[in-house]
Order: sequence, then C-alpha cells, then structure tokens
Amino acid sequence: MLYREAGQFKSTYAEDQQIFPIRQDRIALAVFLAFALLVVPAIGNQYWLGALLTPFLIFSLAALGLNILTGYAGQLSLGTAAFMAVGAFMAYNFVLRVPGIPILLAFVLAGICAAAVGIVFGLPSLRIKGFYLAVATLACQFFVLWALQRFGWFSNHSTSGVITAQQIVILGYAFDTPARKYLLTLGVVAVMALAAKNLMRSETGRAFMAVRDMDVAASVIGIPMMRTKLLAFAISSFYCGVAGALHAFCYLGTVEPEAYSLDLSFRILFMIIIGGVGSILGAFLGAAFITLFPIFLNLASSWVNEFFGVEISHAVVSNLESIIFGGLIIFFLIVEPQGLARLWQITKEKLRLWPFPH
Amino acid sequence: MKRTSLAVAALALAAAAGPAAAQNEQFVPANFYWVGPYAPGGSGFGGGMIDYFAMLNERDHGINGVKLTWEKCETEYRNDRGVECYERSKNKGPTGASVIHPLSTGITYSLIEKATADKIPVISLGYGRTDAADGRVFPYIFPLITTYWSQNTAKIKFIGMKEGGMDKLQGKKIVNIYHDSAYGKETIPVLDVQAKKYGFQVTHIAVPHPGNEQQAQWLQIRQIKPDWVILRGWGVMNPTALKAAAKIGFPRDRIVGVWWSGAEEDVIPAGDAAKGYIAAGFNLPGTSFPVMQDILKNVYKKGKGEMEDSSRIGSIYHTRGVVAGIITAEAIRTAQAQFGKGKPMTGEQVRWGIEHLNIDDKRLKELGAVGLMQPLKVSCMDHEGGGAVKFLQWDGKKWNVITDWIASDQSIVRPMVEASAAQYAKEKGIAPRDCSKEK
Repeated sequence: MLYREAGQFKSTYAEDQQIFPIRQDRIALAVFLAFALLVVPAIGNQYWLGALLTPFLIFSLAALGLNILTGYAGQLSLGTAAFMAVGAFMAYNFVLRVPGIPILLAFVLAGICAAAVGIVFGLPSLRIKGFYLAVATLACQFFVLWALQRFGWFSNHSTSGVITAQQIVILGYAFDTPARKYLLTLGVVAVMALAAKNLMRSETGRAFMAVRDMDVAASVIGIPMMRTKLLAFAISSFYCGVAGALHAFCYLGTVEPEAYSLDLSFRILFMIIIGGVGSILGAFLGAAFITLFPIFLNLASSWVNEFFGVEISHAVVSNLESIIFGGLIIFFLIVEPQGLARLWQITKEKLRLWPFPH
Repeated sequence: MKRTSLAVAALALAAAAGPAAAQNEQFVPANFYWVGPYAPGGSGFGGGMIDYFAMLNERDHGINGVKLTWEKCETEYRNDRGVECYERSKNKGPTGASVIHPLSTGITYSLIEKATADKIPVISLGYGRTDAADGRVFPYIFPLITTYWSQNTAKIKFIGMKEGGMDKLQGKKIVNIYHDSAYGKETIPVLDVQAKKYGFQVTHIAVPHPGNEQQAQWLQIRQIKPDWVILRGWGVMNPTALKAAAKIGFPRDRIVGVWWSGAEEDVIPAGDAAKGYIAAGFNLPGTSFPVMQDILKNVYKKGKGEMEDSSRIGSIYHTRGVVAGIITAEAIRTAQAQFGKGKPMTGEQVRWGIEHLNIDDKRLKELGAVGLMQPLKVSCMDHEGGGAVKFLQWDGKKWNVITDWIASDQSIVRPMVEASAAQYAKEKGIAPRDCSKEK
C-alpha cells in the first residue's frame, strides 16, 4: 500500500533513467541520509560515533570496492586489505611530503596509487580466472605488506614501521572529534556509494557484468577484455584505497602494516558474501553484520550476565561469541545464499503487493 | 511473540543501564583477550590484575575505602576491537576509566592520541611505544618498568657476561628472530647500534604472524651458525621456534627470549625442546610472595579468583598481571594522597599519581612483593621507571632465576628515546613539556 509505484508516470527519458526510479525509494534515501547527517551526530555519543559507526562506514566502503571487482566484474580478489594499506600509507606520505596539500586531494591521490597497484596486480586476471586469480591476488596481499615493512620511506623511517595519521583540516576547519570524523567519513562514503550505484548502471557497469557472466561471450560482442578487467581492478582498488586512508585518518589514527593482514581481506570478502555479491546495499549490510554483530554479541553477553544474575566465565563468553557468529554465517548462507541484500529485495517485492498478495 | 521480544529488549536495555554506579568506586577497564592465539597472555595477565584488585577489595576494602571496580572487554588482540573496548569503557564508573592497560603494542599505538585527548593514562607494562619513555612528549603514556630497548641492552649485557666480558662480543654472531609486527621490529635499531658499539654481527630474521611455520627461518639460522639467538616471539611463535631449534640442533641455552617469550605457556607446548632455554623477565613466577599468599587467602579460598586452571596461579603471566595491579593501585594511592584520600580519582589525577610513583624497597616490603618486581620510580622525564631485567632458565618443569637484576644501558637507550620522541613531537606539532615546571 505504502510502497507502490502505481501512478508514478515517467514522461521524460531523464526521469526514466534516474538512479532511484521509485519515489518512495528516493524519499526513504533522503530521509535516511538526513537522519545520518543531522540527527545521528546530535544524539550519538563518542562510543557510537567513534567506535561503531565510523568503522562500519569505512568497512562498507572497502566492501563496496571489493564488490565492484568480485560482485560486478566477477574477479575474485584476496588483496583488499593490501589496497587499503596502500591507501593509508600513501595518504600519510602525501600529507607528510607535500606541504599544504588539501587532505581530500591526498585521499584521492592515495586512492589513485592504490588503483595503480590494483592494475599491476590485476594483469594476471587477463589470463587466469576464479580461484587461480584469487591466489594471484594473494601475492599482492603479501607483496604490499612486505614492501611497506621493508622500505622505511613508507613509514618515514619509523623504527617500528608504524605511521601516525596527521590532523585533518579542511578549509581551516579541524576534523578532530569523533562526531566530525564521522561526518567526514559519511560524506565521502555517501558520495562514493552513489557514484558506484550510478557507475554500475552505465555502459561500464554493464560491461563488468557481461564479463562476470561469461567473458567469452562478452568479448565476442565486442567488450574489450583487457580494458574492462583492468578498469574493474582500478576502480575497486581506488575505493579500497580511499577506505584505507579513512581507516588511518578518521578511525585508528595510528596504524601498522599488520593491521591490513590477509585476515582483513578475508573479513571484507565475508562481508560481501554475507551482504550480497553484486549489490551496493549488500556491501553495507555485510559490513554491518561483520563489524557490528560481534560487538552486539559481546554487549549482549554482559546483559545476560546482569539480567539473569548468572556469572558465566568470560573465556567461555568470548569463545561462545565466535561460535554463535560462525553459526549465524552458516545459517544465513544456507537460508539465503545470495546474501542479506537479496532478503531486502524479497521484502521489497512483498511490500509492493502488500496487503493483497493475491 | 513480538510483544515478548520487545519486553525482553526493554528489560535488556534496563539491565544495561544498571543500577546507578556507587560514588565511592574507582573504575579500571579490563580490556584483555580470552580467545585467539594470544589468549594465554591475555587471560593470565588480566586474571592477575583482577585478582589483585579483588584481594585489595576483600582485605583492605579498596584503596582508603574506595573500592576498585572493573569490567572485562574482549579485544581479541585486534586494534579495532581494542579501540572499541576503549571507547566503551572510558566513561564507566563515577570518574571514568582511571587507567588503561591495552596489553598489545598495536592497541597502545592506536590509543596514544585518543587517550591523550581524553586525559586517560595508558600503562604499557613492558611493551608499547619505547620512545614514550620521554614523558615530556607523551604525558599520558607510561611504558613502565622496562621498555623493549632497555631490555635489549640488558640482554646484550647478559650475553656479554656469559661470554666473559663485553669485549668478547667482538666478532660474535647474533641472530634476532622476530615476530613480524610493530612489536617485533621495535628492537631492530637498538640492536644495530649495539652491534656497532660492541663489534658483533647481527642478522634480523622476520617470522610472519602468527609464527607457526618457521622452518625456512631456522634453516637460515643453521647456515649463519650464530653464537646466540635472540627470540623476539609472541604466542604460538615461541614453542614453534624452540621446536624448530631442537630440530636443527641449535643449543637451547644459547637462545635468549624477550619476556613475552618467557612464560610457562611458551615452553610447555615445546616439551623437552624447551629445556635450557633462557628468557628475560621483569617479574618472577611463584606463589611464595606474601602478596600472592594474600591473593590465595582472600580471593581463591573464597572461591572467587580469575584463574580457572589453578596450576596457572603464580605463573609468569599471572604474576605479571599482579605487578600491573600493584602499579595501578599504587598510582591511585599516590594520586589520592595528593588530591584527597578516600575519593575516586579522575584519569588526570591518576596520571599525576603514576608520574609521581615511587615504589622503593621499603614499599615493596609493605606490599609483600619483594623479589616479585623491581623498585620503581617514575618522573616527568622518565616514564619508564625501572629498567632492570632478570634472566630465567627453563629446566623442563619450572623457570629458575639465573641472574640478579641486570640494569639496562641507558647511555645507549636514552638518546635514542629522546631523538625518536623529538621526531614524533615534530611530526605531530607537540610542544614538549618543561619538566622543571611540573609539580
């Protein structure tokens, strides 16, 4: 009843081709963005903004980057964390070595550096596919971390290889509190997510999907294989690189290369698998599940402790948390292998018919 | 169905809000780790600290009547979870978190700026950022007792002693096999400086996290044929290293470990391969110390205690946690003496307390911790305080102390600390404090 597009007539091509063709979607998105931009910083405390929402947004962006590559262009990659590391370290170096560089420009340049690395390590994708490609991108994961640790230049010859992100100042305005950092992150993520959503509807996005679905057929109908695959790597790595820069500057502040280990690459891969492969929304849902859910479980266990007055040993609780989390991942994959985004899509389809399904 | 779940959610929320915190409490977060490859360290250290606090609450009713409270948070030894735990715990209790023990070099790094901005002191007991020993640049960070660099100079001194004098180090070969992380790499520069000074050769060999695969590294060590191996491991890397050393026949009593490689959990899994292995330590194991007896009597006898496996009571990690508890409690006591006895202290006041901490031999005796730890005197200039190390050797069953406290060589360490801190201050635009003006 509420979510029905009947009566929304499109009289121009522009209207027909807009990103969100259904009016309710547009309103919902505008309300949601306004809420995230205006209300959340006002009601959220430091814990919510600094420790939950900011990392959630950053990992959403990284998952989005991987989703462009894996979900849309069909190239499996295990180098996501490495691209993030490139972004983080290069953003640091740009700010350090180019005096007076605007921070957003540094982020973009860092993303471009990550994209360049992505193109180099995307070259094997021209010859190999699937799991073999995943192993090839594994090389990227190890090589980048190795390079960041071995060459002192990247960390400005810090003895322990750790970098400390500089202060973020845009037009004289310092982003120094968790609320401000959250707003900056939200701004960057919102713009980039909209761009991704739009890109995937364009010729480029359709070429990506054609390559994913069957690359031989795609090349037969005239899609340049090399350009498309490398472009997918470049765009994906750019997103991951910007996410890495945000991770260092807006979230942790001080990062070591080991923070971007293979473990993180896997976590981001799990995000898109759980959230939904080949879906922009899926990246956000998956990131929420992987980053926020363990924390919720952790908090819930302390509520259970207080509420029922049972003192469970903390070691048991901590291990239980991992067990429940793992169990839920399996549950979701069995119930909905296409991810949480698909669940949302089904909900929307049902909503269209509601309250008269037949 | 929906209603019940709503009701449950509402109750859960109410429970989370909890009873209003009593005013006469001092909150200390227990952000450690009980799962993952480093769980033995996290659970032992955390258990020791909490046991000591529980003992103080039982025996003395807290510190001058202020009860210590704590809340556990699982960091999984991961930086992002550590930051999450920090943010969650920093405003708990009547005065917020009074002091943080991150128990991870990575998390310490992530908290330096946040904690400084929030005015919450960070104690990194025998780990963390070495150059934070320069309290002028790092007012809220305290790498207490000994830093990695200090410890390393003591290690080289120990090796020199074993060789029969520092001049005998000339031409010797030492391999530094390290956990490939910020923690592991921390000592490379100081070893290089010492190698130049004493004329020995040092080779650094990295072991990737978590370190359960070291064959290639030890084959390389066999080729180098070093006189000594410095093991800078952590968690599962240590027993693996000892087993690999046994395989290539490298004598175990020529391997010197850092203190994070020198606990029972590090050697028992290696079995006989660990016999004779030497490790540094800034706290000693055992339950014979009066303070440990008090913990047994006041906490474990009443069925409370944190260590579920009673054989771990008095293990290296457990007593290290007790040392952390002692230092934390003494810092709060020092702060109370200045700002008002019997009142909960804020993070800022506890910071003052840590900076004016002076645990001398007399105080150690009162605490019942003579021999458990070394005397400690912290100042604005020196956020390290101690600097000495004892060496322990594993005989297959227990750790035996084989040296007295060996002092570190501050003539090497201090200039490096100051240079490194100055570089940090310059990068971050921090004006160092003038210590002569600090009260």
